[in-house]
Amino acid sequence: MEKWRATSRHLLRHFSKDLFDRRMSPSFGTFNRQLSSAEAVDLVLLSFVSVATTIQRNPLFSSISSDDISHFKEILGEKNVIHDEEKLVTANMDWMRKYKGSSKLMLQPRSTEEWISLSVVAEWIDCALSGVWPLKKAALAFRKVNSIYFQSLVQSFNLCLRISEMPPHSLFIMIRLFLQALCLFASSTYCDSDKLGNYGTHLILQVSQILKYCNSRCLAVVPQGGNTGLVGGSVPVFDEVIINTSSMSKIVSFDKVSGILVCEAGCILENLVSFLDNQGFIMPLDLGAKGSCQIGGNVSTNAGGLRLFRYGSLHGNVLGLEVVLANGTVLDMLRTLRKDNTGYDLKHLFIGSEGSLGIVSKVSILTPPKLSSVNLAFLACKDYSSCQKLLLAAKRKLGEILSAFEFLDTQALDLVLKHLEGARNPLPTSMHNFYILMETTGSNESYEKEKLEAFLLHSMEGGLISDGVLAQDINQASSFWHIREGVPEALMKAGAVYKYDLSLPVEKMYDLVEEMRIRLGPAANVVGYGHLGDSNLHLNISTPQYDDAILAQIEPFVYEWTSKHHGSISAEHGLGLMKADKIFYSKSPETVSIILVGSYLLPKSLCVDIVQLMASIKRLLDPNGILNPYKVLPPFLAS
Amino acid sequence: MKIMVAIKRVVDYAVKIRVKPDKTGVETTNVKMSMNPFCEIALEEALRMKEAGLASEVVAVSMGPAKCVDTLRTGLAMGADRGIHVDVPGALQPLSVAKLLKALVDSEKPGLLILGKQAIDDDCNQTGQMVAGLLSWPQGTFASKISICGLTFSAPLRSSRSTDLRLNQPRYATLPNILKAKSKVIKKCTPEELNVPIKSDLETVQVIEPPKRKAGVILSSVDELVDKLKNEARVI
Repeated sequence: MEKWRATSRHLLRHFSKDLFDRRMSPSFGTFNRQLSSAEAVDLVLLSFVSVATTIQRNPLFSSISSDDISHFKEILGEKNVIHDEEKLVTANMDWMRKYKGSSKLMLQPRSTEEWISLSVVAEWIDCALSGVWPLKKAALAFRKVNSIYFQSLVQSFNLCLRISEMPPHSLFIMIRLFLQALCLFASSTYCDSDKLGNYGTHLILQVSQILKYCNSRCLAVVPQGGNTGLVGGSVPVFDEVIINTSSMSKIVSFDKVSGILVCEAGCILENLVSFLDNQGFIMPLDLGAKGSCQIGGNVSTNAGGLRLFRYGSLHGNVLGLEVVLANGTVLDMLRTLRKDNTGYDLKHLFIGSEGSLGIVSKVSILTPPKLSSVNLAFLACKDYSSCQKLLLAAKRKLGEILSAFEFLDTQALDLVLKHLEGARNPLPTSMHNFYILMETTGSNESYEKEKLEAFLLHSMEGGLISDGVLAQDINQASSFWHIREGVPEALMKAGAVYKYDLSLPVEKMYDLVEEMRIRLGPAANVVGYGHLGDSNLHLNISTPQYDDAILAQIEPFVYEWTSKHHGSISAEHGLGLMKADKIFYSKSPETVSIILVGSYLLPKSLCVDIVQLMASIKRLLDPNGILNPYKVLPPFLAS
Repeated sequence: MKIMVAIKRVVDYAVKIRVKPDKTGVETTNVKMSMNPFCEIALEEALRMKEAGLASEVVAVSMGPAKCVDTLRTGLAMGADRGIHVDVPGALQPLSVAKLLKALVDSEKPGLLILGKQAIDDDCNQTGQMVAGLLSWPQGTFASKISICGLTFSAPLRSSRSTDLRLNQPRYATLPNILKAKSKVIKKCTPEELNVPIKSDLETVQVIEPPKRKAGVILSSVDELVDKLKNEARVI
């Protein structure tokens, strides 16, 4: 056994030396150059060149036909089925213009509390009035229904049977009553006739009907919300059908006492924020993309954002979900209970699954009350270790009122001042190396301002801060936030950008930025910023154009470095398409030493327990693999 | 030369204003208050003059309840040398403010008095003009540029509606200046000490929100427009 290990270690070390700067080969296959006697080791070779060349369209998926389009039109109506090429251009491309799909169909399902199409009602009336639908059979069929609507329906039925005996004017009254009852019943609940025996009633959702059909036809599907994702997870890869949730944007209910908000998946985050603002509450998450991103997408990707530091992640704040599975089953886990320890908490599977296990259709979220006093300070530090010490001191001294702790380095600030309109340097007198944005939120304005001022002055005397500014009114505060939130936008305007979102131990976070600077030299502008309070670094490398040579210098190195320091290659952006085959960098047991170079090699026997479990869950919930294919999990595992 | 700047503590510019349910005024409890933006610009101008060597001292003045001291501290943190707080618990009309300012000018004897054009809570645009009248000083209103050449005058400052035509961009309060401000003096006085009786000539009867704008209607042709103007709006 030892001999085997020695051999494999020798081999792998040998590989690394030779393969370090080699360009990746675009084909799957076994690597047999220096294997010779080591056939005992099972090697799985995965190449990671830009995905377009490796991913093939899965031939098991059907293509869209005109029958499909007419079926969708029946379910959704003419307006909500979009197959016009021009209108699909924006839906096919992501926000960063890095990923482009070629879908030919986009569907926009609407909210549930809607009247079922009149054609269905008309059909019912026809059946009822012609006596085709015997009353007794209907009663048996609806035996689990106990609603008053059904009662009135039955009564109306009875009345209708005696229509011929009625004088003419009562006839109209009877018909009107019957139609009213029928319509009320149709709009509230609808029994799926083949599931009646087991399920009784369940709400019918257009999303559910669409997915049931797509599953039966094996049509691949991409759920799309605001399309603001940064890893290509919300755009089709080939010709998947886009299911856009923008029309499902109703706020279902809001409880003013507990702060629990129930809304549909298509509600835009900013709209929810303004709605809650009127009620005196805030959303527990806040992102730069809030003007376009939708809550369903936020939940599906477990979005982080600026408030995670204070309010925690969505796993803690989402109390319930209504999810539609790939076969159309609607899982109604929409509870508004703060505590519910009954059985396995399945909603956590869907939070962060990036639409690959089910489509989120409704969300129940706990919103914190809005606190009146917000103070913001923009500080400058001379080196990274003082940033860390400042974080520790702030957590200790400002503890309960600290609500955000962000950092930018001087390159990030330069970019923002150069490319963003209206950005003004709060500390123009001298250039510093690091900038920190610290926010406190509380209920007592003067007390907190004093506390914050005292802390800042003390830190300044202690040498932790070299300079700083305290925002005196809301305008100044929003201009500071504009600088921090505008860094991604400024990077986009500066040219091509390679984005990496890494979770690293706080002490090591900036070391990576410095190493990348040395590695890339003057060819690229390496910028580091992020949520220092959450140990989340956004490493961005800005170059005038996209260049494969630079990508080769960056890509395996960054993931390898992160893996070596036990970090995560995707802290909050998710895996999507960009990192679908990179999951092993953060999910393999420590005992494995993974050599990551142009292509990475993994002893099959040693890896993959966790990821294989993920793949089996995916197979369980989505056997045909139609939901968001080619993403999240490595392609070779998904099949 | 000493410059005196009057600053007012008002509801923050970015806050969504709500009318109190009893319609007696605007909701001000638990709402963020800060320095009036025009007053900020006035103070910035005074500070720039001091930095250019045209003035020796900048004195900030504020009138109102005890919380005004916070606004004065902000002014001191921006760079003013001294603060004066006139403690008046209730609401103040522009005429009373003007009389108080006259009394302060008489005692402090500044060479220049700078005020903001108007306060964003009442939009009166009266104090500057009234003070100049009471003092019989020359005044320049809606100033978009100020240069000193030995005259004394009181000049409210203009901030034009378009973002480019501001007189200046007020500076931020940096931490070293905040520290220095802690040791600066804020003198407190009352209207009685200044011999100014405060009486209100105006009584606010009711404060209501303006009616919500009705949605517009998109018409399909000129004939329809004429028809609507004739029959519905009855203007032709």
